[in-house]
Order: sequence, then C-alpha cells, then structure tokens
Amino acid sequence: MRMISGAAAMVKCLEQENVQVAFGYIGAAICPFYDELVRSSIHHVMVRTEQNAAHSASGYARISGRPGVCIATSGPGATNLLTGIASAYMDSIPLIVITGQVRSDLLGRDVFQEADITGAAEPFTKHSYLVKRAKDLPRIIKEAFHICATGRPGPVLIDVPIDMQKTMIPDFDYDFPIDIIGYKPNVQGHSLQIKKAVEAMKTSSRPIICAGGGVFSANANGLLLEFVEKCNIPVICTMMGIGTLPSGHALNLGMLGSHGCAPANKAIRDADLLVLMGARVGDRAVASPGQVAERAKIIHIDIDPAEIGKNMPAHIPIVGNLRYVLAELIQKCDCKAPSEWVARVTDRKKRYSQMNIPMTQDFVEPKTFMRTLSQKMKPDSVLCADVGQNQIWSANYFEVKTGRFLTSGGMGTMGYSIPCAVGAKIASPGRQVCAVCGDGSFQMSMMELATICQENIGVKIVIMRNNRLGMVRELQDRHYGCRHSAVYLDCNPDFVQIANAYGIAARVVSSNSEVEDAINEMLCTDKPFLLECSVNPDYPSL
Amino acid sequence: MKYTISVLVENHAGVLSKVSGLFSRRGFNIESLAVGVTDDTAISRMTIVVDGDEYIVEQLEKQLNKLIPVIKVKTLAPAETIARTLSLIKVAAGNGKREEVMRISELMGARIVDVTRSTLTLEFADTIERTETLETLLKPYGVKEIVRTGIIAIEKGPNALRPTKRE
Repeated sequence: MRMISGAAAMVKCLEQENVQVAFGYIGAAICPFYDELVRSSIHHVMVRTEQNAAHSASGYARISGRPGVCIATSGPGATNLLTGIASAYMDSIPLIVITGQVRSDLLGRDVFQEADITGAAEPFTKHSYLVKRAKDLPRIIKEAFHICATGRPGPVLIDVPIDMQKTMIPDFDYDFPIDIIGYKPNVQGHSLQIKKAVEAMKTSSRPIICAGGGVFSANANGLLLEFVEKCNIPVICTMMGIGTLPSGHALNLGMLGSHGCAPANKAIRDADLLVLMGARVGDRAVASPGQVAERAKIIHIDIDPAEIGKNMPAHIPIVGNLRYVLAELIQKCDCKAPSEWVARVTDRKKRYSQMNIPMTQDFVEPKTFMRTLSQKMKPDSVLCADVGQNQIWSANYFEVKTGRFLTSGGMGTMGYSIPCAVGAKIASPGRQVCAVCGDGSFQMSMMELATICQENIGVKIVIMRNNRLGMVRELQDRHYGCRHSAVYLDCNPDFVQIANAYGIAARVVSSNSEVEDAINEMLCTDKPFLLECSVNPDYPSL
Repeated sequence: MKYTISVLVENHAGVLSKVSGLFSRRGFNIESLAVGVTDDTAISRMTIVVDGDEYIVEQLEKQLNKLIPVIKVKTLAPAETIARTLSLIKVAAGNGKREEVMRISELMGARIVDVTRSTLTLEFADTIERTETLETLLKPYGVKEIVRTGIIAIEKGPNALRPTKRE
C-alpha cells in the first residue's frame, strides 16, 4: 500500500476540495504542511500578520462563494487568527482554518509556542478539531468542508500537531461518504409555514422585506429580486444585506438601523408585516425589536433555527435555505403589495436621495465622494468598507449595482477592509476592488500593502483621513460631555510616502473640486493605488 | 422555574467543555449537570438542570442543537419524569447515637456503606426532596461531609430518548 505523510494528505484533501488559493503565515509547527503545499497546485498568499489571513480568506469566500482557507502556525500564529475567526463567525462566512500545533505527546505541558487554540476559538467557531490520529485527517478535512459551507456557514478550525503532519498514513480515495450524526441542517422550509406566510402577505396592507447577509449566504439575491418585483414588496437592508437588491432599485429603501437612513427606518415603523430574510435583527439594526413585533406581524426566514425568536419574536417562523424558500414563495405568492403603500415609501426614498448634501470648501465631502466613486467604478465592483465613520458613509452613499459591498458587520473589526479587498481581488481578478478605510483602520492593516505588492494585485485604497477616531469622537460628543479621550490620531504618518515606499502610486485630495480627477487617476489602470482624502474632523457619520 | 434537559452527545473528550462553555457564554445558569455513557459506548447522555423561563429553555435547546457533537436534545416534562440524585453522607455517630442514625437510615431507605467507631457513611439514591429530608434529619447528629451527584432523569412510560436512525 502506498503511504503518504499526514501533511501530504492534508494538501491532497485541499486539492480534492478544489482549493486554489490559501492565505497564511508559516511557522515551525506547520512546516511539514508548507513543505507539501509548495509542491502543490494551490497558490499560497503570504499575508503580513495572521489576523489578515483570516480576513483575506473571508473576502475570498464572500466573492468566490466557496470556503476561504487560512493557515497559521501554533501559539502566537494561531492566537493572532482569533479576531479574524470571530469576525467571520459573526458574519457567517465559511472558513477552513488550519493551525499547526506542538507535538501531540507534549500537549498540555506549556512547551514553546503551545496554545490551546481549539479551546480559545471555541466560542467563535462552528466546529473545531484537534487531530489525534493522522489517519483521521482525510475524514476530518472532508467533514470540515461540509460543515463550514452548509447550513449556516461559519469557520471550522483544524488544529494539527506537527507529528500528525509527519506520520505516514495509507494513501486514500477522497470519494468516501461522510455521516455526521449530530449535523443534519434543514434546508427545505416547512411548506405549511410557507403557506401561512403567503396568506399573511395577501392580507397585509403595508408589507416590507428586511434582507440580511443570509440572502448572500444562500446565493439567493437573484431570487429575491424576482420575488420582490413579482409581489412589488419594498425592501430594507441590514448592513450585511446591502447589495442584495441593487441600491438604485426603486423598491430598495436602503439600510435600516441606528446608522441607517430615514426611509428605511420609517418603513419598518409603519409596516404591518415584516418579512425577515436571513437577518438576525442585531441591536444596531433594530434597537427595540419588541416594539416592532407589537405593531407588525413578523415572518422570520432563516437557516439557523436559533436565530428565530432570539432577538425578535416571530409569528411565522420558517427554518430553511432562502434559495428553496424564495423559490417556493415565488411560485405560490400571486398578490401584489397595495400600490398606495408602495408609493408612500418609495416616494419618501426618492425625495431623500434627491436631498442636497451641503458641500464644504476646504475638505473632501465624504458622502458625495462615495457617490462619485460608485458612479466611476464599474457596475460589478467590490467595495470593502472598514469600520467607523467611513463605513457609514460607504454603506449609505456607495451605490451597489451588480457588485458587492463587504464589511465586518457583526464584529465591527477595524482593519478588515484591506485584507478583505486582497481576498476579494484574488477571488475575482477581473473586477475592480476598492477598500475604503479611515486613518485609524488603515493603520491597523497597512502592513498588507506588502501583500498587495507581492501578489501584484490592483487593490485600490481610499483613506478618509480626519486625524480622529471619528465614530468614537461622535459618541464622546453625544454621551460623554464632548470630552475627547484617546481619539486624536496625532503624528499620523505621510500616507502617500508610505504607499510610495511599497512602490504603490498615491495621491492626496483635499478639496471637492479634485475628487473626480483623482478617482479617474486611481481607476485608470489596474494597478494598486492609494487615495488619501482630507475630511473635516467635525464631519458627522449621518 | 427549573427545567431538566436530556442531551445525547458523541462520547469524545472536549464535548463537555463545549456544552459547559455554551452555557456560560450565553448566560444560562446550570444548577446541576451529570454525564455518563449510554448502552451505545459512542454516545454519552447528559442531564442538565437549568433555572430559567420558556425563552431561555427554547434558546438553550436550539443552541445545544447547533453544536456538532450534540445528537439529540429533549426537555423533560416534570410530571412525566423520574429524577434521582445519589448522595454519600458521612455522619458523626459515636456511642449512643449510632442506633438512632441507623434507624433514620432504615426509615428513609438509605444504605450504610462504611462504619467507624465515630462515624457512619450513608448511601442514598432518591429525589432531591427526599435527599433534603434525610439531610435535615441527620443534621442534629453532626454531618461531617456530603457528596452529591448531579441529577439524572428518565421519562416515565415506554418512550426512550435514542439517536435518530442513520439514513
């Protein structure tokens, strides 16, 4: 019988799963795996800190629609991944996380670079494995891919002690069945419940749909569009749901929530029927879910039964994959939402979007900048928004057409945008990909400029520079008597020089009149580019 | 209100920490937890008693079901459940007192499992209520040590909690 090493088996499994790219950072405990990886067909992207391996894998997964793979060594390599794993978990992104571990006979003795990563990552992983027998590797990896991508997607961690990577195991045929007794996600959606939902839609005089990130997880945005147009139901989006319907679509009322827009929030206030689709009603989306449920009937469609009734009581719960549920709704629902109601909410949106944004002279006005950027970028572009004021400007003013809007919605992880853009660009090299960040978040991930150079990918970066942690500054203005504590980013470096040091072209824009020209310059080639916008430090998020 | 939940889990190292971790991070209070292997050695059964309301128990069941090694979850109706705890109680029972302690033990249906010149150790498997009664009765004699297991529970009648058959 042909024997292969555990490491070779791992790489073989990844190849069999059709993994083409992996993001990682090497270290001693993962060396046998990397020794096999270098001889494989898989392209390895070397990030500059492990956290960004997880973020890049997340961006890759969201654009490719397949699990993202990230790799780190034991101890600090593994613990550095944690924020990335937790961010992916909160946003239900399928990741395969592979970590090296110290020799299995030394586990628990606090040897060099030992960390209990399965224990540490437990609250943020859908599932995790600590490999104890090398011959289990093929089964574990196959199960991990199955678990991370089905049901409600999420990160799955595989911790592999170095001796397991070196142990010889019999070569195998990857085409074996898997059977996980405790894991049988329900996908179909109960047809009686769907019937009830159709009835509720028929009798409703003021229905709206709230679309969340689950619509993308189910790859159901096309079906959503079909359903919405058939039944003429207005849609509001959570931050994770931005782009499920094109921003410019007449029935799309925009993002709801504390940082959302008035037409969306007024619509949820006035509705008598709220259909939640792949949205978990987080506190930033709906501050008082109990009140909404008192006014309106709630239909909650989600693949994860635990989300239904968790944050908002549901009158008609439907557990299932939105692809199936929406297909059935399209088939069974013939009614149209009352035109009076639709006109009321869509007119409000029209008036809102035509409102003039007051322009300042000395600085770049960020909302108009985002509008101009979305007009200049190609329709299928990917915008990666970071966290903070820049995120809110991007969410509310970047118009998504057929492209995507990616951000760290649940965790609000600063520094997400650049590594996410790296992953997105590698997943879809033909599309324009732009990361928008603040001067705070840029400095959390600026080491990835090296990855961008090494990979030679045309990721565009926009920095909204206001020398502040602007979102927290606003919070302090409102709730802490305007006492500014630790929000001044003094001694910001010269970002243009930083970009130039990596060989990346860059430019500063300090007035609105230069914006168009600068965006044109940024987008005219498929090379990386950094655009620094000077933003008024007092400019608000909303 | 107290709820008793039976959970079938894969019999692996680490499953207990997954379950107990879930309870602490979701803010559920465990009153009692007992684990033991079932007739199928690949499967263990946990009996968990929690203090909460209907919302908490529904969330708990759903969150438990999301754990991959969890095979089945069932909340047992109090009226339809037989629940037991096992106690070992060491009582001071020197000269003159031994007879009385033995009488209480006999009356309550406890077993004496160890005898010394100054102590008796009782074994008692019964409901929480009867266990508390026994403890109250023994208290005046000087209880030196009590060890109790978590509660285990089974449904009355012919129903059995078993893993769903594999397809």
